[in-house]
Amino acid sequence: MPAAKKMGQQTLVFQNPPAIIATGTVVGTKEAEGPLGKTFDRVIEDPYHGEKSWERAERRLLEDAVQVALKKTNLSPQQIDFFLAGDLENQTEASSMAARNLGIPYLGLFGACATFFEGLAMAAVLIDGGFAERVVVAASSHAATAEKQFRFPTEQGVQRPLTQSWTVTGAGAAVLAADGNGPVLTHVTVGKVIDMGQTDPTHFGAVMAPAATDSIVRHLEDTGRAPTEYDLIVTGDLGILGRDLAEGLLQEHGYDVGDRFTDCGILIYDPAKQDTHAGGSGCACSAVVTAGYILQLIQGGKLQRVLGIGTGGLLNADAPKQGETIPGIGHAAAIERR
Amino acid sequence: MRVDFTKPAGIQRKQYRDFVDRISPKPNVLVNVIWAFLVGGLVTTIGQGLLTLFLAAGLPVLEAGAMTAVVLIFIAALLTGLGVFDDIAKYAGAGVIVPITGFANSMVAQAMEARNEGLVLGVGARLFTIAGPVLVFGIVVAWFAGLFYFLFR
Repeated sequence: MPAAKKMGQQTLVFQNPPAIIATGTVVGTKEAEGPLGKTFDRVIEDPYHGEKSWERAERRLLEDAVQVALKKTNLSPQQIDFFLAGDLENQTEASSMAARNLGIPYLGLFGACATFFEGLAMAAVLIDGGFAERVVVAASSHAATAEKQFRFPTEQGVQRPLTQSWTVTGAGAAVLAADGNGPVLTHVTVGKVIDMGQTDPTHFGAVMAPAATDSIVRHLEDTGRAPTEYDLIVTGDLGILGRDLAEGLLQEHGYDVGDRFTDCGILIYDPAKQDTHAGGSGCACSAVVTAGYILQLIQGGKLQRVLGIGTGGLLNADAPKQGETIPGIGHAAAIERR
Repeated sequence: MRVDFTKPAGIQRKQYRDFVDRISPKPNVLVNVIWAFLVGGLVTTIGQGLLTLFLAAGLPVLEAGAMTAVVLIFIAALLTGLGVFDDIAKYAGAGVIVPITGFANSMVAQAMEARNEGLVLGVGARLFTIAGPVLVFGIVVAWFAGLFYFLFR
């Protein structure tokens, strides 16, 4: 028997689409100084967030984002069925530690920078499947913990390549519920791991563009929709170069997305003033832009239907040194105004 | 045609690599080289000035050289600690990374980064993560140079 709620090869269709009833976003000063500065709930002035390490700062960012979201709903952590979260630290330490303090049943996720969208997908499955009434999804990243994990110490004198992106310091959280007001999640297309032989860990746009393309094409073919049925198609953190690569690849598949196609990593920074090179990246990039700016546009009626694609580059610090190519992944979620 | 998705995976990967190369900006090598030359020249001129001073103060040649290195290392370490070195290196590049200043920066930056993991398992274990290869290969080359000198002098 074919799965009742699956459409085509990779797309899930929710019968009772869960609503995103509240979100919380917390960012650092660089993000607050960017073009979307006013759309975030809270800004931390100190990259240490009053803690003694960057790792502790990141876990507090994540906790704060969840608390901000819960406060808007007047719900206590005890009224939440599951907490789904992930980050980029080793063994997703920030999420586990945030979950320890929140005390909500926890499922840790790793989807690299696509984690927030992986979380949205899993939350919708839990809710529409009848296993949960309310689920909190969250993801975080921190420029300093990511640099430490994957690249150089913060004070190391290096020249960043022009293709490199800047890791967003921040955390985004969303409360999804079976009932309630807010934009709803109607479809999710779970992405495949796509490897086009890229080897440069400083060019994530090139790593992830083929995966984003594949998931967008899969979504459109599975649902039979045209790109014009979406007011906006927004990827997670392809950046300026990755967006152009994905647009070119989509054209090869026969889809012209043009002006309705952008990327959270392009929206969040001003590359001319903020020296961010290719744009923003990290788990928090798609989390804070989607949970903030994009959902605000939907709630304000400026956008009716959006296709968001969380994008991730799948690697650890050692794999590129071992000569491994770097694959990417993209998870697409269709979000509608209700 | 950027990438022909009807072709085998190997050809798609090749076409995609070419597409990536076409759209990716290249660093301005000329500007970087000029910056590196000017700042690198400045660093080494300061070094020469210090050496001349120490010699004039009556230090023997070897000790004057060591003192010069000590002062340059101190300056680089201080600038790293103040969070300025990486801002200079963004423009000066090899001009401050190649001289002894870069070596000092790589150790101090690593020490600052690792201090949360403790003095032994953090700072002690990770101090040479970046500087280590410079030492290892420097020493290996010195062995070969010594061997060469021994055999062919």
